[in-house]
Amino acid sequence: MRDWCIKWTRGAVLLLTAATAAPGAGRIVLVADSRLFSGWRAWWCNLYNDSLFWFAVLTIVILPALGLAMSKVTDAIMKRIGINLKSRVPTEH
Amino acid sequence: MHWLYTLMPVAGVEIAWPGLVILGLGVGMIAGFFGMGGGWMVTPGLNILGFPMAFSIGTGIAQMQGPSLVSTLRHAKFGNVDYKLGIVMIAGTVGGFEPGAQLVMWLERHGRVDAYVQYGYLALLTLIAWLVFTDVARKRSKERAARATGQALDSTAAGIEWHKTLHKIKIPPVVYFPKAGIRCSIWLPMMVSFVTGLMAGFLGIGGGLIRMPALIYLVGCPTHVAVGTDLFEVTISGLYGAASYSYKGRTELLAAVIMIIGAAIGAQIGSVATKYVKGYGIRVFFGVAVIGCALSIVLKLISSAVPGARVFLDEVATVLILGLVGVLSLYIFLRFLQGVRAELAAKKQAVQITV
Repeated sequence: MRDWCIKWTRGAVLLLTAATAAPGAGRIVLVADSRLFSGWRAWWCNLYNDSLFWFAVLTIVILPALGLAMSKVTDAIMKRIGINLKSRVPTEH
Repeated sequence: MHWLYTLMPVAGVEIAWPGLVILGLGVGMIAGFFGMGGGWMVTPGLNILGFPMAFSIGTGIAQMQGPSLVSTLRHAKFGNVDYKLGIVMIAGTVGGFEPGAQLVMWLERHGRVDAYVQYGYLALLTLIAWLVFTDVARKRSKERAARATGQALDSTAAGIEWHKTLHKIKIPPVVYFPKAGIRCSIWLPMMVSFVTGLMAGFLGIGGGLIRMPALIYLVGCPTHVAVGTDLFEVTISGLYGAASYSYKGRTELLAAVIMIIGAAIGAQIGSVATKYVKGYGIRVFFGVAVIGCALSIVLKLISSAVPGARVFLDEVATVLILGLVGVLSLYIFLRFLQGVRAELAAKKQAVQITV
């Protein structure tokens, strides 16, 4: 059991290292020019330059969250217009 | 007019932000209506607006999460998402995607990968367009035959019914998918999603364009459930695609955020419009979208064969795709307006009768 735990932990650490490692050598590396920006945009450029892992994590968290928020707003607008948003009449195949 | 442009922090290019909102709106409508992520429309659109190609692909996939999530939630409320079927299919899609991508790598080592992918894409789109229009023609002929005998055709009747033959293969476990209303071997959706995932990996697309007709013609889903379930799949595969491209540093969050503002509104309009359009109406316009996509690939193939006309033909292909996005979005918007007007009028009438 202990061996199995150690093997599993090693595997997980390896996977995590591979996932968080910097992109492979030979690939084109882009650098965002943070000097052109201030505030959150400069911070975003720095994050992009420092860690693509956290850049990717934040991107896949922010976009669905924003989609969800926008969905609530548009839902409220459609309900206000008076559209039935809960059902549709099944018509054909 | 400088206020119409904004400098993108990562890509380092100046982009007209109203263009992003309009592109998002159009693609959102089409995504919500047809159940596709719309990568084939977004990528050239972003490229025209000024993004380098790698950023166009990455940002296109990333922004897809917004409209697909909005549309999935809306379709789920209409009862159009079969989550059980979607989850079964995710296993097949993920399993098929990687071998497809590996096939591309293998072809790349042997050269001519671009041509193989483009010809494969073209063959597939031709098959889908043929399927859709043959199905519509057969359904019409069945309707005519029923009318001639003085009977009405069953509302669930379809033109092409390959799924009925496939449902007879009862390899255990046999599972019932309640929203889709089908009982079949679990291996059927798994195999279908494996093959569609393989093709998506090979062609480098999200897969909605292939999965939607596969759900209808092979698995046997009603059109509306195929649209909703496919959107659920697009949301999950889009998440993977967004993570992959962001980790490669080819996503522009600011552009994706601006696009989502338009896309979320568009996705709601597209999803609600499916309430007012019959299943076969959706199939016909899906076929038109597929033909437009196939034409743009034909132009790309000609442009690589005739280098002198490359710039001109590439521009024609791009105008064709964006024109198609415009026409389809306008159609969806008009059907939405008509449907809403009729629904509100019916409600008003019902209130007057009770008073």
